[in-house]
Amino acid sequence: MAKIKGYVEVNTERCKGCNLCVVACPSGVLDLQPREVNNHGYHYVYVKQPDDCIGCANCGYVCPDGCLTIYRKKVES
Amino acid sequence: MDIQTIKSPENLVYTKPALLNDNYMHYCPGCSHGVVHKVIAEVIEEMGLQEKAIGIAPVGCAVFAYNYIDIDWQEAAHGRAPALATAAKRLLPDRLVFTYQGDGDLAAIGTAETIHAANRGENIAIIFINNGIYGMTGGQMAPTTLSNMKTSTCPEGRNVQTMGNPLKILDLLALLDGVCLATRTSVHTAAAVKKTHRLVRKAFENSMAGKGTSIIEVVSTCNSGWKMTPAAANDWMVEHMFSEYPIGDLKNI
Repeated sequence: MAKIKGYVEVNTERCKGCNLCVVACPSGVLDLQPREVNNHGYHYVYVKQPDDCIGCANCGYVCPDGCLTIYRKKVES
Repeated sequence: MDIQTIKSPENLVYTKPALLNDNYMHYCPGCSHGVVHKVIAEVIEEMGLQEKAIGIAPVGCAVFAYNYIDIDWQEAAHGRAPALATAAKRLLPDRLVFTYQGDGDLAAIGTAETIHAANRGENIAIIFINNGIYGMTGGQMAPTTLSNMKTSTCPEGRNVQTMGNPLKILDLLALLDGVCLATRTSVHTAAAVKKTHRLVRKAFENSMAGKGTSIIEVVSTCNSGWKMTPAAANDWMVEHMFSEYPIGDLKNI
Protein backbone atom coordinates (compact mmCIF):
# COMPACT_ATOMS: atom_id res chain seq x y z
CA MET A 1 0.00 0.00 0.00
CA ALA A 2 1.25 3.46 -0.82
CA LYS A 3 1.94 5.64 2.15
CA ILE A 4 2.24 9.40 2.30
CA LYS A 5 5.34 10.64 3.99
CA GLY A 6 5.78 14.24 5.00
CA TYR A 7 8.63 16.33 6.27
CA VAL A 8 8.57 19.73 7.97
CA GLU A 9 11.57 22.01 7.93
CA VAL A 10 11.60 24.72 10.59
CA ASN A 11 13.33 28.07 10.29
CA THR A 12 14.14 28.19 13.99
CA GLU A 13 15.42 31.77 14.04
CA ARG A 14 12.17 33.12 12.52
CA CYS A 15 9.94 31.07 14.82
CA LYS A 16 8.31 32.93 17.70
CA GLY A 17 6.93 29.87 19.46
CA CYS A 18 3.28 30.93 19.12
CA ASN A 19 2.13 27.29 19.21
CA LEU A 20 -0.46 27.76 16.42
CA CYS A 21 1.14 25.09 14.21
CA VAL A 22 1.21 22.63 17.12
CA VAL A 23 -2.55 23.13 17.57
CA ALA A 24 -3.23 22.94 13.80
CA CYS A 25 -1.36 19.65 13.23
CA PRO A 26 -3.81 16.72 12.98
CA SER A 27 -1.13 14.12 13.78
CA GLY A 28 0.59 15.68 16.78
CA VAL A 29 3.89 15.90 14.94
CA LEU A 30 5.11 19.26 16.21
CA ASP A 31 5.86 20.59 19.66
CA LEU A 32 7.70 23.53 21.20
CA GLN A 33 11.21 23.05 22.52
CA PRO A 34 10.82 22.55 26.26
CA ARG A 35 14.22 24.08 27.16
CA GLU A 36 16.14 25.43 24.17
CA VAL A 37 15.49 28.93 22.88
CA ASN A 38 16.53 30.74 19.70
CA ASN A 39 18.43 34.04 19.53
CA HIS A 40 15.24 36.00 20.20
CA GLY A 41 14.53 33.96 23.33
CA TYR A 42 11.56 32.00 22.00
CA HIS A 43 10.96 28.30 22.55
CA TYR A 44 10.90 27.42 18.85
CA VAL A 45 8.94 24.59 17.31
CA TYR A 46 10.54 21.26 16.42
CA VAL A 47 9.44 18.01 14.79
CA LYS A 48 8.74 15.71 17.71
CA GLN A 49 7.20 12.73 15.86
CA PRO A 50 8.69 12.83 12.34
CA ASP A 51 7.22 9.44 11.38
CA ASP A 52 3.63 10.62 11.86
CA CYS A 53 3.87 13.56 9.45
CA ILE A 54 1.49 13.28 6.47
CA GLY A 55 2.61 16.49 4.77
CA CYS A 56 -0.83 18.13 4.94
CA ALA A 57 0.81 21.58 5.38
CA ASN A 58 -1.81 22.77 7.88
CA CYS A 59 1.05 23.99 10.07
CA GLY A 60 2.52 26.00 7.19
CA TYR A 61 -0.76 27.72 6.32
CA VAL A 62 -1.44 28.94 9.86
CA CYS A 63 2.16 29.97 10.64
CA PRO A 64 2.15 33.79 10.91
CA ASP A 65 5.88 34.09 10.30
CA GLY A 66 6.34 31.70 7.39
CA CYS A 67 8.93 29.58 9.22
CA LEU A 68 7.72 26.21 7.99
CA THR A 69 8.53 24.49 4.70
CA ILE A 70 6.61 21.28 4.03
CA TYR A 71 7.51 18.41 1.71
CA ARG A 72 5.37 15.39 0.84
CA LYS A 73 6.21 12.17 -0.97
CA LYS A 74 4.28 9.04 -1.81
CA VAL A 75 6.18 5.98 -0.64
CA GLU A 76 5.46 2.52 -2.07
CA SER A 77 5.85 -0.10 0.60
CA MET B 1 12.89 6.68 4.45
CA ASP B 2 15.71 9.09 3.98
CA ILE B 3 14.88 12.72 4.69
CA GLN B 4 17.04 13.96 1.82
CA THR B 5 14.91 12.07 -0.72
CA ILE B 6 11.72 13.69 0.61
CA LYS B 7 13.35 17.10 0.77
CA SER B 8 13.52 17.82 -2.94
CA PRO B 9 11.86 20.61 -4.93
CA GLU B 10 9.33 18.32 -6.66
CA ASN B 11 7.97 17.23 -3.27
CA LEU B 12 7.56 20.78 -1.98
CA VAL B 13 4.02 21.39 -0.70
CA TYR B 14 4.22 24.71 1.04
CA THR B 15 6.81 27.34 1.80
CA LYS B 16 7.06 31.03 2.56
CA PRO B 17 6.41 33.06 -0.63
CA ALA B 18 9.58 34.64 -2.04
CA LEU B 19 7.89 38.05 -2.09
CA LEU B 20 7.67 37.96 1.69
CA ASN B 21 11.28 38.83 2.45
CA ASP B 22 13.50 37.57 5.24
CA ASN B 23 13.16 40.62 7.48
CA TYR B 24 12.19 39.53 10.97
CA MET B 25 8.56 40.57 11.58
CA HIS B 26 7.93 42.87 14.52
CA TYR B 27 4.48 41.38 15.18
CA CYS B 28 3.75 39.55 18.42
CA PRO B 29 3.88 35.74 18.31
CA GLY B 30 0.69 34.35 16.76
CA CYS B 31 -0.49 37.64 15.26
CA SER B 32 -2.93 37.33 12.35
CA HIS B 33 -1.09 40.09 10.47
CA GLY B 34 1.69 37.68 9.52
CA VAL B 35 -0.72 35.22 7.91
CA VAL B 36 -2.48 37.96 5.94
CA HIS B 37 0.88 39.38 4.77
CA LYS B 38 1.80 35.90 3.60
CA VAL B 39 -1.51 35.49 1.73
CA ILE B 40 -1.10 38.87 -0.01
CA ALA B 41 2.49 38.01 -1.04
CA GLU B 42 1.33 34.64 -2.38
CA VAL B 43 -1.49 36.17 -4.44
CA ILE B 44 0.68 38.92 -5.93
CA GLU B 45 3.31 36.32 -6.83
CA GLU B 46 0.67 34.03 -8.34
CA MET B 47 -0.74 36.86 -10.47
CA GLY B 48 2.76 37.96 -11.53
CA LEU B 49 2.13 41.55 -10.44
CA GLN B 50 5.32 42.10 -8.40
CA GLU B 51 6.30 45.06 -10.54
CA LYS B 52 2.79 46.51 -10.74
CA ALA B 53 1.51 46.29 -7.17
CA ILE B 54 1.23 49.34 -4.95
CA GLY B 55 0.27 48.79 -1.33
CA ILE B 56 -0.89 51.53 1.00
CA ALA B 57 0.26 50.91 4.57
CA PRO B 58 -1.91 52.17 7.44
CA VAL B 59 -1.14 53.49 10.89
CA GLY B 60 -1.34 50.73 13.45
CA CYS B 61 0.64 47.56 13.94
CA ALA B 62 0.83 47.06 10.17
CA VAL B 63 2.56 50.43 9.73
CA PHE B 64 5.76 48.54 8.85
CA ALA B 65 4.07 46.31 6.26
CA TYR B 66 6.40 47.88 3.69
CA ASN B 67 9.36 46.20 5.37
CA TYR B 68 8.06 42.72 4.70
CA ILE B 69 6.52 42.49 1.22
CA ASP B 70 8.82 43.49 -1.64
CA ILE B 71 6.49 45.67 -3.69
CA ASP B 72 5.98 49.44 -3.91
CA TRP B 73 4.37 50.90 -0.81
CA GLN B 74 3.11 54.24 0.38
CA GLU B 75 2.59 55.13 4.01
CA ALA B 76 -0.66 56.99 4.65
CA ALA B 77 -1.57 59.34 7.47
CA HIS B 78 -3.88 57.71 10.01
CA GLY B 79 -7.05 56.53 8.22
CA ARG B 80 -6.22 58.15 4.90
CA ALA B 81 -5.15 55.02 3.03
CA PRO B 82 -8.22 54.90 0.71
CA ALA B 83 -7.57 58.53 -0.27
CA LEU B 84 -3.96 57.74 -1.21
CA ALA B 85 -5.09 54.60 -3.00
CA THR B 86 -7.61 56.65 -4.99
CA ALA B 87 -4.85 58.95 -6.18
CA ALA B 88 -2.47 56.11 -7.03
CA LYS B 89 -5.07 54.15 -8.96
CA ARG B 90 -6.37 57.17 -10.88
CA LEU B 91 -2.88 58.29 -11.91
CA LEU B 92 -1.62 54.77 -12.67
CA PRO B 93 -4.68 52.78 -13.73
CA ASP B 94 -2.65 49.77 -14.86
CA ARG B 95 -1.35 49.13 -11.32
CA LEU B 96 -2.77 46.89 -8.66
CA VAL B 97 -3.58 49.23 -5.78
CA PHE B 98 -4.64 47.92 -2.41
CA THR B 99 -4.84 49.27 1.12
CA TYR B 100 -4.11 47.29 4.24
CA GLN B 101 -5.91 48.72 7.25
CA GLY B 102 -6.82 47.84 10.79
CA ASP B 103 -10.12 48.53 12.51
CA GLY B 104 -8.90 51.67 14.29
CA ASP B 105 -7.59 53.01 11.00
CA LEU B 106 -10.50 52.07 8.72
CA ALA B 107 -13.50 52.14 11.03
CA ALA B 108 -12.62 55.01 13.37
CA ILE B 109 -10.44 57.84 12.10
CA GLY B 110 -10.72 56.84 8.43
CA THR B 111 -14.47 56.22 8.24
CA ALA B 112 -15.10 59.19 5.94
CA GLU B 113 -12.29 58.31 3.51
CA THR B 114 -13.32 54.67 3.42
CA ILE B 115 -17.01 55.30 2.83
CA HIS B 116 -16.46 57.93 0.17
CA ALA B 117 -13.79 55.93 -1.67
CA ALA B 118 -16.16 52.95 -1.71
CA ASN B 119 -19.08 55.14 -2.74
CA ARG B 120 -17.09 56.52 -5.67
CA GLY B 121 -16.37 52.94 -6.65
CA GLU B 122 -12.61 53.44 -6.82
CA ASN B 123 -10.95 50.40 -8.35
CA ILE B 124 -8.99 49.49 -5.27
CA ALA B 125 -8.90 46.52 -2.93
CA ILE B 126 -9.22 47.15 0.80
CA ILE B 127 -7.88 44.51 3.19
CA PHE B 128 -9.44 45.25 6.55
CA ILE B 129 -8.04 43.55 9.66
CA ASN B 130 -10.66 43.56 12.41
CA ASN B 131 -9.45 42.45 15.83
CA GLY B 132 -11.81 44.55 17.90
CA ILE B 133 -9.23 46.74 19.64
CA TYR B 134 -6.40 49.18 19.03
CA GLY B 135 -3.58 46.65 19.24
CA MET B 136 -0.55 48.88 18.69
CA THR B 137 -1.25 51.46 21.36
CA GLY B 138 -2.08 49.02 24.14
CA GLY B 139 -5.50 47.48 23.54
CA GLN B 140 -7.86 50.45 23.85
CA MET B 141 -11.52 50.25 22.84
CA ALA B 142 -12.15 50.53 19.10
CA PRO B 143 -15.48 51.09 17.29
CA THR B 144 -15.51 47.37 16.51
CA THR B 145 -15.04 46.25 20.14
CA LEU B 146 -17.77 43.79 21.11
CA SER B 147 -20.35 44.72 23.72
CA ASN B 148 -19.18 43.75 27.22
CA MET B 149 -15.65 43.10 25.90
CA LYS B 150 -13.00 44.30 28.31
CA THR B 151 -10.25 46.56 27.00
CA SER B 152 -7.77 48.88 28.71
CA THR B 153 -10.11 51.88 28.28
CA CYS B 154 -13.29 50.01 29.22
CA PRO B 155 -12.06 47.69 31.98
CA GLU B 156 -15.63 46.91 33.06
CA GLY B 157 -16.55 45.84 29.54
CA ARG B 158 -18.02 47.94 26.71
CA ASN B 159 -21.33 49.37 27.82
CA VAL B 160 -23.43 49.88 24.70
CA GLN B 161 -25.62 52.47 26.48
CA THR B 162 -22.75 54.91 26.93
CA MET B 163 -20.09 53.69 24.48
CA GLY B 164 -22.16 52.76 21.46
CA ASN B 165 -22.64 49.51 19.63
CA PRO B 166 -19.96 47.57 17.76
CA LEU B 167 -19.63 49.16 14.32
CA LYS B 168 -20.30 46.71 11.51
CA ILE B 169 -18.66 48.83 8.88
CA LEU B 170 -18.62 46.07 6.27
CA ASP B 171 -22.42 45.93 6.38
CA LEU B 172 -22.51 49.68 5.77
CA LEU B 173 -20.05 49.46 2.90
CA ALA B 174 -21.88 46.55 1.26
CA LEU B 175 -24.88 48.84 0.72
CA LEU B 176 -22.92 51.22 -1.49
CA ASP B 177 -23.27 50.89 -5.27
CA GLY B 178 -19.54 51.35 -5.88
CA VAL B 179 -18.66 48.19 -3.97
CA CYS B 180 -18.38 44.97 -5.98
CA LEU B 181 -17.05 42.64 -3.30
CA ALA B 182 -17.72 42.87 0.44
CA THR B 183 -16.82 39.75 2.30
CA ARG B 184 -15.79 38.64 5.75
CA THR B 185 -13.24 35.92 6.38
CA SER B 186 -10.67 34.75 8.93
CA VAL B 187 -7.25 33.12 9.05
CA HIS B 188 -7.40 30.87 12.12
CA THR B 189 -7.34 27.49 10.33
CA ALA B 190 -5.67 26.17 7.18
CA ALA B 191 -9.07 26.01 5.43
CA ALA B 192 -9.82 29.63 6.38
CA VAL B 193 -6.40 30.73 5.11
CA LYS B 194 -7.05 29.02 1.75
CA LYS B 195 -10.45 30.71 1.50
CA THR B 196 -8.91 34.08 2.32
CA HIS B 197 -6.34 33.43 -0.42
CA ARG B 198 -9.15 32.92 -2.98
CA LEU B 199 -10.96 36.06 -1.82
CA VAL B 200 -7.83 38.23 -1.94
CA ARG B 201 -7.20 36.96 -5.47
CA LYS B 202 -10.78 37.83 -6.44
CA ALA B 203 -10.40 41.32 -4.94
CA PHE B 204 -7.14 41.93 -6.80
CA GLU B 205 -8.70 40.70 -10.04
CA ASN B 206 -11.62 43.10 -9.50
CA SER B 207 -9.15 45.94 -9.00
CA MET B 208 -7.30 45.11 -12.23
CA ALA B 209 -10.58 44.64 -14.17
CA GLY B 210 -11.93 47.99 -12.93
CA LYS B 211 -15.07 46.55 -11.42
CA GLY B 212 -15.17 48.76 -8.35
CA THR B 213 -14.11 48.67 -4.73
CA SER B 214 -13.47 45.29 -3.10
CA ILE B 215 -13.42 45.04 0.68
CA ILE B 216 -12.21 41.98 2.55
CA GLU B 217 -12.69 42.03 6.30
CA VAL B 218 -10.40 39.56 8.03
CA VAL B 219 -11.75 38.83 11.51
CA SER B 220 -8.49 38.51 13.43
CA THR B 221 -7.03 38.03 16.84
CA CYS B 222 -4.84 40.30 18.93
CA ASN B 223 -3.62 37.89 21.55
CA SER B 224 -1.40 40.48 23.27
CA GLY B 225 -4.24 42.99 23.49
CA TRP B 226 -6.76 40.38 24.52
CA LYS B 227 -4.28 38.99 27.10
CA MET B 228 -4.51 35.39 25.89
CA THR B 229 -2.26 32.81 24.29
CA PRO B 230 -2.50 32.72 20.48
CA ALA B 231 -4.41 29.42 20.47
CA ALA B 232 -6.84 30.62 23.18
CA ALA B 233 -7.34 33.88 21.25
CA ASN B 234 -8.36 31.88 18.16
CA ASP B 235 -10.92 29.94 20.22
CA TRP B 236 -12.20 33.15 21.78
CA MET B 237 -12.57 34.69 18.34
CA VAL B 238 -14.58 31.71 17.06
CA GLU B 239 -16.80 31.80 20.13
CA HIS B 240 -17.41 35.54 20.43
CA MET B 241 -16.37 37.47 17.33
CA PHE B 242 -18.09 35.28 14.73
CA SER B 243 -21.56 35.84 16.20
CA GLU B 244 -21.12 39.61 15.87
CA TYR B 245 -19.14 39.48 12.62
CA PRO B 246 -20.46 36.43 10.72
CA ILE B 247 -18.14 34.94 8.12
CA GLY B 248 -19.30 34.99 4.51
CA ASP B 249 -20.04 37.17 1.49
CA LEU B 250 -22.23 40.21 1.92
CA LYS B 251 -21.84 41.18 -1.69
CA ASN B 252 -20.00 39.46 -4.52
CA ILE B 253 -20.82 40.61 -8.04
